[in-house]
Amino acid sequence: MEINRELFDKIAGLAKLNFSEDQREAMMEDMSKIITWVQKLEELDTRGVEPLVNMSHELNVTREDKPAEHLDREIVLRNAPRTKDGFIMVPKVID
Amino acid sequence: MLLNGELSCTELTRKFLNKAVLNQNNAFTKVFEDEALQRAGEIDQKIQNGKPGRLAGLVFSVKDLISVAKKNVTGSSKILQGYVAPYHATVVNRMLDEDAILIGMTNCDEFGMGSSNENSYYGPVTNDNDKNRVAGGSSGGAAVSVQEGSCHLALGTDTGGSVRQPAAFTGLFGLKPTYSRISRYGLLAYASSFDTVGIIANDVADLELVLQIVEGPDGKDSTVYQGGKSSDKEIESIAYFRQALESEGLQEEIRENFQNVIDRLKSEGKRVEAIDFPEAEHLLETYYILTTAEASSNLSRYDGLRYGHGDEVEKAANLIESYTNTRTEGFGEEVKRRIFLGTFVLSASYHDAYYTKAQKARRMIRDKTLDILEDFDLILSPVTPTTAFGIGTHTKDPIEMYLSDLFTVHASVCGLPAISLPTGEDNHGLPIGIQATAGDFEEEKLLNFAKYLSNLGS
Repeated sequence: MEINRELFDKIAGLAKLNFSEDQREAMMEDMSKIITWVQKLEELDTRGVEPLVNMSHELNVTREDKPAEHLDREIVLRNAPRTKDGFIMVPKVID
Repeated sequence: MLLNGELSCTELTRKFLNKAVLNQNNAFTKVFEDEALQRAGEIDQKIQNGKPGRLAGLVFSVKDLISVAKKNVTGSSKILQGYVAPYHATVVNRMLDEDAILIGMTNCDEFGMGSSNENSYYGPVTNDNDKNRVAGGSSGGAAVSVQEGSCHLALGTDTGGSVRQPAAFTGLFGLKPTYSRISRYGLLAYASSFDTVGIIANDVADLELVLQIVEGPDGKDSTVYQGGKSSDKEIESIAYFRQALESEGLQEEIRENFQNVIDRLKSEGKRVEAIDFPEAEHLLETYYILTTAEASSNLSRYDGLRYGHGDEVEKAANLIESYTNTRTEGFGEEVKRRIFLGTFVLSASYHDAYYTKAQKARRMIRDKTLDILEDFDLILSPVTPTTAFGIGTHTKDPIEMYLSDLFTVHASVCGLPAISLPTGEDNHGLPIGIQATAGDFEEEKLLNFAKYLSNLGS
């Protein structure tokens, strides 16, 4: 499958990735090749097969509903580049 | 372990540190010299007092993808430079609770994505047998930390072969347990329905002991298997895939080595049969569609706001630009490729054709494999199509690199346990391994087989 410029930009936007002009050409080529390669899966007849979505052998393992230890707020915030008054600061969301 | 009073933990740790600090193969991203020695001293005290833990005297490394509290855990990515893990992964806690000594953290492919340890912010790891060759990946540093003699044992992760393949390239034993046997709490997630913690060592007994210590229920990972252990019956019957031996890219010496092992097992009276498994042709596609989809979702957490490389936050005009700049700056090329592919297969127009299709293929492949394991104790295959290849030889074409995962992705797609063990060398003296796969939670069977085969000799 050929990944054209329009589709490439749409997916890059969803993935929140930017590519320079050179990188875009190389990545478009790689993606066209890789997607053509994985398309071979079409040859496998999967009619009537249910998708396998969960690999764990457990279902709904719960614990008692009691407060447990949690990470210290100060330690967590130490990793954030910008904080204020115990909150993480983000750039402007709306104008 | 080695401790009959002949060698103290401190002396032993010093010996390993002397090697590790040189970092001749770039296996380590950090070495904990002072802490390891201090801890060794404490454990020497415990031994004198007669109360050592079960791993007293065992020196180990941790892949830089598994959290160690108060350390910069990076996944060998630029995006996590500066991130300090607030807690230990469960596996690290369990090792330390039994008095194992942590010597350092090991280099890997960025977020576990690679088969040669060349996709690392810290540069490639070299193979101690030949520094022009790769160590394998993604747990290349883990394997080499043991291979070069910097520790007894390494904890790595295995999503599609990341422990088994480097173990084969370095002549070691590598165990990928059943999916969900070992807690994933504290791992940097790559593909959550595939990720496992794996163990690399040069001794099967060490794998066995460490598996017992790190496995089992964990209040912090609700997917972990809650049940009992499997039986450790003797191996009588073995299947292998006819097509595997006929595959084009298989190095001749590996084919011969595999054939020799089969002949040897037959002469020992085992039932060994070649079977057909046509679905195996679609393993790699299934694996790459599902893992990249999961990766694109998992890696969306790297937004630069809560942790990690966040220089771009200051400069950005708005939130979306801040995400995009951080990720564009912070991720390496292969990670971007996989995020892109994963985003594509999950996007509305293509979801059913790729992602759902691959989930169906996954069920078919797992069911068919379990049927085979009803009739046979084990499935045997090569670990890798070639022995350790040259640095830079497979980096041009991503698909060429993906093909090197041909034999290891099977167990990962099925969630089954598999072991890689050394069985010989090629004409250049490079190690060749063989891989055995068993049913769910049958690690003991694999470990017994590894011991049995090692004792047979060649």
